[in-house]
Amino acid sequence: MAIGLHDSTIQNPVLRWVDQRLPVFTMMQKEYGTFPTPRNFNYFWNFGALAMVTLMIMIATGVFLSMNYTPHTAHAFDSVERIMRDVNYGWLIRYVHMNGASMFFIVVFIHIWRGMYYGSYKAPRELLWILGVVIFLLMMATAFMGYVLPWGQMSFWGATVITNLFSAIPLVGESIVIWLWGGFSVDNPTLNRFFSLHYLLPFMIAGVVFLHVAALHITGSNNPLGIDPKGPQDTLPFHPYYTAKDSVGLVVYFIVFAFLVFFMPNYLGHADNYIPANPLVTPAHIVPEWYFLPFYAILRAVPDKLGGVLLMFGSIAVLFVLPWLDTSPVRSMRFRPVAKWSLYLWLVSFFVLMWAGAKPADEPYVTISRIATAYYFAYFLVILPLLGRLERPLSLPESIAMPVLRGGGPVLAGAAAKPMEKA
Amino acid sequence: MRDVKRGFRNLIGALVLGAATTLGATLPTPAQAAGEAIPLPNAGFSFAGFFGTFDRGAAQRGLQVYKEVCAACHGMYHLSYRNLTEIGLSEDQVRAIAASVEVRDGPNDMGEMFDRPARLSDRFRRPFANELAARAANNGAYPPDLSTITKARANGANYLHALLTGYVDPPPGFALADGMHYNAYFPGHQIAMPNVLNPDQVEYADGTAATVDQMARDVTTFLAWAAEPETEQRRAMGIKMMLFLIVLGGLTYAVKRKVWADVKH
Repeated sequence: MAIGLHDSTIQNPVLRWVDQRLPVFTMMQKEYGTFPTPRNFNYFWNFGALAMVTLMIMIATGVFLSMNYTPHTAHAFDSVERIMRDVNYGWLIRYVHMNGASMFFIVVFIHIWRGMYYGSYKAPRELLWILGVVIFLLMMATAFMGYVLPWGQMSFWGATVITNLFSAIPLVGESIVIWLWGGFSVDNPTLNRFFSLHYLLPFMIAGVVFLHVAALHITGSNNPLGIDPKGPQDTLPFHPYYTAKDSVGLVVYFIVFAFLVFFMPNYLGHADNYIPANPLVTPAHIVPEWYFLPFYAILRAVPDKLGGVLLMFGSIAVLFVLPWLDTSPVRSMRFRPVAKWSLYLWLVSFFVLMWAGAKPADEPYVTISRIATAYYFAYFLVILPLLGRLERPLSLPESIAMPVLRGGGPVLAGAAAKPMEKA
Repeated sequence: MRDVKRGFRNLIGALVLGAATTLGATLPTPAQAAGEAIPLPNAGFSFAGFFGTFDRGAAQRGLQVYKEVCAACHGMYHLSYRNLTEIGLSEDQVRAIAASVEVRDGPNDMGEMFDRPARLSDRFRRPFANELAARAANNGAYPPDLSTITKARANGANYLHALLTGYVDPPPGFALADGMHYNAYFPGHQIAMPNVLNPDQVEYADGTAATVDQMARDVTTFLAWAAEPETEQRRAMGIKMMLFLIVLGGLTYAVKRKVWADVKH
């Protein structure tokens, strides 16, 4: 790149002056204005933008909550109730933040599912996918620590159970747990550091989101057909087409979000968390927030503590190598008849685990969890690697524009049906 | 139109997936997971449902029940006397209620703590100095603070009403521990709190007959308000917000249709 003022095409003289020195407007125009985007997105492609909006809402509400929150075991619970009662619209800010966490997971689960169904993790988007999994992990850590902050019964006992998992690590486990706690039990030092980290991690998420989006803009988006755009006839400028389409999804998202916040704000939470934390009274059943239930069920499905912990972390870790476990060159499940149903079954196993995670660790739930856990992993470790070799995918359309235009205009019927050579 | 339909199908598919994610998690509510759930009768409260409001008369009577019965053992620390104007009492009435309670203040300029009548800005008086004092006075049990009680129990209002009216004779053969009481709705059925509501326990100023069910209903209404005093404001705002979003959604969808009108897809 040549040194010197940027050759800006911006007309407005003030913006132009800035753009010549720091071409942010050119960049925005390139990345969000004219950015060539496949023309055949469905509404599943809204969820990345929705996740971005949720992150911003969470940071905004969180900043205001922290102005009134006191991270001390003696005051945390009371300060949250004070926010709910005495801070102007404190109840609104807190309920948005609290339900925002659930909305974030709903949106991100669907976003991940979208990636799995349409093969968005495959070459050349492996790194994009890996960055996404990193965001997911950071989100889970952030959500877990955020849930501890109100210092209710579930906060305290959830923190105790989850931090104790690290004691399963051989030799150094106990030391690690004491190091995490900052003492010999979950107590004020734990609450303090969780508050600090809960404030820090979202900004790390924002950083990785930036990398995620940057990587996306190198490879370009995948699309429901999973084939690459072959020219301008296959793409549309991001604005106004996808800004308009994302806006529709955004309003629908806000309707769901608002319904939760205004009409059933505590529905997704646990009543016990409105009881102040008491280290001497253990709740009858300690259950994590709903979005952790599938992973909690995997943890409990294994009779061995260390094994359970490894499998639980493994259930996320396996996503990192998904691009290499799936050996099929065909991205979209639309053209993979067997893999498609295997994936639907994987979704069922995910929901079964979520359901079983909320149940007590008794029969028949343990056996059901084990079967679901086995399939969860089998899909990644056995089915996908084998299907790449065994499955006969349907013939792929020649281009994105072809099947799109087939219904709309007089296009030769044979052209679209011509099978593409498998790479 | 086919494209529109397909677009909608995708949108609906995405929504169903979202709803399923939510429901899948919550149908077996964690509270149900927490031990044997005893089915609770629906008491049909005025504030139940998405549009309910607090019956002011019931809340005021409930305040009377709280003051005359519950307050002997249970605090409501998160409430201040000034909050009571929200259930329809005038400021003078609330001043009088506050003044009837002695609270501890200080230290004064002699460095000593002293008692004085409560003011509007004071928190509700705590019946015991600390948890140990409360346990010592209550056979080892700790009467919980009632500020958040209806949101701190699953299906809180119905549970509370059922609990307060649930003191019945234990079934034959039930081993009741010393100093405990049988309650049909308490988890495990053994509760340290005795039956405190007897017919005509309080004399209502408005002449309402003080049956056990009536008092349980009234105090539950009061406590439900106390736990979520923002409820009415929240729901009213929610209705406006939903209407606004639905209109906005229609407009946004119209814009999207217009923008995409020239694209074959």
